[in-house]
Amino acid sequence: MTAALRVISPGLSTTLQDLGRAGFQRLGVAVGGALDPISLRAANSLVGNPVDSGALEALYVGPSFVVEADDARLSFVGADAEIEIFADMDAQSSEAISPMRSIRLQRGQVVRVGSLKNGAILYIAVEGGFAVEPVLGSVSTDSRGQMGGWQGRALASSDVLPLRSLEATDRDEYRIEGLDFAPLRRVRVIPGPQSDYFSQTEIERFFAGEYTVSAGSNRMGMRLEGSPIRHSRGFNIISEAIATGSVQVPGSGQPIVLLADHQTTGGYPKIATVISADLPAMGRLPIGAKISFVPATLEEAVAARRKLATDLETIGDKMVRISLPSAVVATRLLECNLISGVCNGAA
Amino acid sequence: MLEYRVLPAGDTALIVEFDDRIDRELNAAVLALAHGLDAERIPGIIETVPTFRSLMVHYEPLVLSASALIACIDGRMRNLTTNTSVGHLWHLPVCYDPSLAIDLDEVARRTSFSAQQIVERHSAPTYHVYMLGFLPGQAYMGEVAAELALDRLETPRTRIPAGSLAIAATMSCVFPLQTPCGWHVIGRCPVPLWDHGRATALLAPGDKVRFVPVSVREYERLASGVSQGALRFEPVGEVVGAAA
Repeated sequence: MTAALRVISPGLSTTLQDLGRAGFQRLGVAVGGALDPISLRAANSLVGNPVDSGALEALYVGPSFVVEADDARLSFVGADAEIEIFADMDAQSSEAISPMRSIRLQRGQVVRVGSLKNGAILYIAVEGGFAVEPVLGSVSTDSRGQMGGWQGRALASSDVLPLRSLEATDRDEYRIEGLDFAPLRRVRVIPGPQSDYFSQTEIERFFAGEYTVSAGSNRMGMRLEGSPIRHSRGFNIISEAIATGSVQVPGSGQPIVLLADHQTTGGYPKIATVISADLPAMGRLPIGAKISFVPATLEEAVAARRKLATDLETIGDKMVRISLPSAVVATRLLECNLISGVCNGAA
Repeated sequence: MLEYRVLPAGDTALIVEFDDRIDRELNAAVLALAHGLDAERIPGIIETVPTFRSLMVHYEPLVLSASALIACIDGRMRNLTTNTSVGHLWHLPVCYDPSLAIDLDEVARRTSFSAQQIVERHSAPTYHVYMLGFLPGQAYMGEVAAELALDRLETPRTRIPAGSLAIAATMSCVFPLQTPCGWHVIGRCPVPLWDHGRATALLAPGDKVRFVPVSVREYERLASGVSQGALRFEPVGEVVGAAA
């Protein structure tokens, strides 16, 4: 017997991601990894995985899939989403659950994640993880490099994602409480590296302006719309390496914040760099979100990074046993299953 | 001591920048600093990324402070010995046939050279690999002869095939994977510059490359050898002396 999730609908862009593959940028290999590593860690914690395990990262519209394992424990962490659990492929009615929790599902059950609200991302972790070979130490999908993850690409209909665990362990379900997912409004940045490509007036304009996350955004970069920034020395620099969070200003003057899948090198001037502690919240921002930038010192950035690291170490403390065991849900769904008499024996 | 400046790139990376031009001596200094820092295995340095005239150092600030890292870099810079003649010399077969080079005619029109003259001029120099970037294994090689230097396309193509040899300004690249691209495609190289299976790059910064024109038939023979895993590509030698 094997265990898998069979994709019915892949969602808008769903990829397997872990914490990325640092160490190979000199070869042109992007670091990649989860846009919001806080949620990824929480999702893994809820199913008892090592926090750096690979999980599905869905953007804007989630996937639908069938559980093809005797049973499997899944967790959902991230944006608000309607998550529907159907007893089988033919079931007309469903149980809706909220994210930020784990749930144990049986063979044949169907999970349908709808459009995400109040955030761009939802992580779906599976107890035991996905049975995918790491490339350069990571299972993250690198779509530009066409490697890692599931066949080096986003999920497609009919993909069958193998799972490492044939069945879920016998334990209670948990939810995670107290994660601060308030939308980031003031993004802290360290000015530079190319501050000298912009006049003082333009730098002030950058910090005074309000920017809206625009529809051209993806895992490579978040495109912003707002008051355009003018360059004082042209907008081409000799190509240099790029740090995640760089705010590059191309010829149009509309800034682009470079995210996990950014190319390793590039030739546009960067006016500032988002501090590392603000990147997870940055990754969660949906299209239409409004932000402004505030300057931070290196000391403030490092203090924020230290606080985040401490918070992440204790993320397990935020887990609360779900008082009404999910068995209630599961039993009801099982009853549906018996009534319909369907047994999906594939895989 | 070679002049440099340190630029902030957030709280987990900084840039050591040497001047503002593309130059092999500067590039050699970048590589020497990268190798020096890598060899020292300083706790807290995550990786170094050499480019034309600057080095990005990614670090963990909770282990190594920016000021301690800058002191390390300063110490290295005081005793930096650069060597422009390190690396391997490669001969890369390239088919410049128009069937595999969609922009050859357009480059001919813009430069007023015949296709044959472009091939001669492009395959004459020994190129220097300045850096890898953009795609896994993608090497930026210079310099393209001044009379072939063209600006990028105004509208990039949505897709060029893996192995495309393309030029823009003074640089040549072989694009290891299918990719969107705004450069002028003038040939195709059958040699994989990125090995997916072993996750290794063929070329390294500091290497030297000569492009050897081959016929369509030879290209196809090589490409089919590659796809069957029957061909291995080795450098023709080490770079010795002050290579051109």
